[in-house]
Amino acid sequence: MRFRTTLSVVAPVVLALGLAGCGGWDDSSSGSGGTAAKATNCTNKIVHEDAKKVLVWAWYPNMAKVVDNFNNQHTDVQACWTNAGQGQPEYAKFQTAISAKKGAPDVIMLEADQLVGFEIQDALVDLAPYGANEVKKNFSDGAWKDVSQGDKVFAAPVDGGPMALIYRADIFEKYGIKTPPKTWDEYAADAKKVKDAGGPVFGDFGSNVPAVTTALMIQKGAQPFVYNLADKKNLTVKLDDQATKDVLDYWGTLSKQGLVGKEDQFTTDYIAGMVGGKYATYVSAAWAPGYLTGAGVGNGKDKGKFAVAPLPQWDASKPVSVNWGGSAFAVTSQTADKAAAAKVALGLYADDASLKDGWQTQTIFPLNQSVLKSDDFLNAKIEFFDGQTVNKDIYVPAENAYKGAVYSPFTVYYYAQLQAQIAKINQGGTTGSQAATDLQAQIVNYAKQQGFSVQ
Amino acid sequence: MAVETPVSAGTSVPAAPVARGGRVRRRNAGWLFILPFLLVFAAFLVAPLVYAGYLSLWTKGLATGTTFAGIDNYTRAFGDPSFRKGLWFVLRFSVVVIPLQIVVALVAALLLDEITGRLARFSRLMIFLPYAIPAVLGALMWGFLYSPTFGPIEQIASFFDVRAPFLLSQGNVYYGLLNVVTWQWSGYYMIIIYAALKGIDSSIYEAARIDGATARQIALRVKVPMVGSALALILVFSLIGTLQFFSEPQILRPIANGSITPDFTPNIYAYELAFNYAQFNYASAISFALGFVVFVAVAIFMVVTRKRGSLFT
Repeated sequence: MRFRTTLSVVAPVVLALGLAGCGGWDDSSSGSGGTAAKATNCTNKIVHEDAKKVLVWAWYPNMAKVVDNFNNQHTDVQACWTNAGQGQPEYAKFQTAISAKKGAPDVIMLEADQLVGFEIQDALVDLAPYGANEVKKNFSDGAWKDVSQGDKVFAAPVDGGPMALIYRADIFEKYGIKTPPKTWDEYAADAKKVKDAGGPVFGDFGSNVPAVTTALMIQKGAQPFVYNLADKKNLTVKLDDQATKDVLDYWGTLSKQGLVGKEDQFTTDYIAGMVGGKYATYVSAAWAPGYLTGAGVGNGKDKGKFAVAPLPQWDASKPVSVNWGGSAFAVTSQTADKAAAAKVALGLYADDASLKDGWQTQTIFPLNQSVLKSDDFLNAKIEFFDGQTVNKDIYVPAENAYKGAVYSPFTVYYYAQLQAQIAKINQGGTTGSQAATDLQAQIVNYAKQQGFSVQ
Repeated sequence: MAVETPVSAGTSVPAAPVARGGRVRRRNAGWLFILPFLLVFAAFLVAPLVYAGYLSLWTKGLATGTTFAGIDNYTRAFGDPSFRKGLWFVLRFSVVVIPLQIVVALVAALLLDEITGRLARFSRLMIFLPYAIPAVLGALMWGFLYSPTFGPIEQIASFFDVRAPFLLSQGNVYYGLLNVVTWQWSGYYMIIIYAALKGIDSSIYEAARIDGATARQIALRVKVPMVGSALALILVFSLIGTLQFFSEPQILRPIANGSITPDFTPNIYAYELAFNYAQFNYASAISFALGFVVFVAVAIFMVVTRKRGSLFT
């Protein structure tokens, strides 16, 4: 009987251990939201070993330099940095950590369109009591609005993504396009002109960049979501309005006529196409050249082939500026030391050296006014664009005209559905208008399941 | 069959005439031997299953918080067009991929059983090799082979001045994946059949030859029926595997230009729900619903092939 007794004692213990692993019964829990991951495996070197360590997740390409700059300048806190993935993969990890109530970093890099979705889950700390308002003066009102809800500030902005039309000057020249298209009508006409002359596709309607399509919808006057965290349960969804239909139909038609590509972006195939001049234009944000350069675009025989023009408009007399991407540093509610984490969130990528490195490599378009107003920045001749002074001429005016946007509390889900609709349009399975109608139904249905009352 | 060995070994132990107390101790000693397995089994299979089952009875909304749902998640799952669409795909996929794999594996095994020497050993290794490559690496490799920009298929096609079809586009993704899966698994099934063939007493072949059977007749009338239980095993394996289809489409998703959707297969859908939309409760229900479908499918198969006895008892 001895062995049976042993087993009957051991089995429940093991079971309990297993459950504890899932449920997070962790008695060392220090914050209200659970326990953050330990700051042990840093990618960077810690300069001051005895200082408080704050675990940071971020994917900026020059993050190694940024973290070193911060650590060299601070003796009381040290940033311990890990790259947990770029965008969606990082959000998935963070989301899982929130559900598990443990494993989140102290400070996390998030895009502006993701903030509300995490705020509503109480996953982020309000930085206002921790000195956020002292840095408010460094940012434009639009940039500050994107990271705050009323008096609460949920992240420290770092970079933005004013959009413009990047194009291949050599292709434009070859097919006789003297000035870049100023309106979307001209864009379509130029696309046809190039195609008729046997040229490459003009742009790309990639399904995996739903944020771009959303920005273009907003440019036409769409307002997909109205949401205010103070009124947590009420959500307005308007995805089947005329502006949304028009924009989806516009791109759907270009795609159907073969005037733009149907390829997903940032894939190896797409980058190879960019290098080879497969696309005449690239509707993108100010940070794009840095990522393209990093992937090998604009080097060798492609050097100096790229140029940039303001984003085409629906009505050239009433230009609207839109934004794609751009990120901020937020403090997670799993952190053990909110003050130390806030210090890192507010101080990281805020020093002159880091910002300068960021904009010179064009991996960020800084939102810090000290940079936006500096002669150095404004007059910089950007190598990728063959010495064009793009900041002064294109991106700073675009950023200054940007009014901020309102995002849904479930951006990840919305983007996934929009992505599916774009793929369907590209495959000829639906029209833009129909996609907008279907999208509205899907999103309203989902919002109701999540407990929102939908207007 | 290897599966049956422990059963027969168990029954063949002679009942030694020992005292009553000794028999009890002997029975308990058995528990000790399976204890290591039992611990791992409980910690990594039973406990997570129980926890997931518990999760599936609750529901969590962004605006409402967690509430008890009972079986609501299950009724929702079976009415969910995304779940149904995924199920329909894997069922449609099974109908073609399973016979295809088995035919390829069976033909390869029968051929390898006939030939001997270095070529046979080399071929056996080569056919088995794809299974030795992790599914993720295999899928990545095929992603490169299918690439419309630098994949070899496109390059070969460009010699003839035509455009190769993109095997991951919406119309072709079914065939593209069919190819990857068949490539990956046929070798493994071949080895199972081949091992079963090697277990057949060669005097049976001799008898068949004396009766005047040709090599083809021996293969079809003697060998195939005699590896029947191995084929049934493979069928069950591949049915379960295909209904839980995940790795290959998940890996190929980023380069498929949107034709592999978040609800492409039930498993991908469950993964997406849990780790991207934070709906762990509904994802658990979807997983259990899928498990139920797999169970039903295997049970139907067992009834149809009248092989109930060999696996469930």
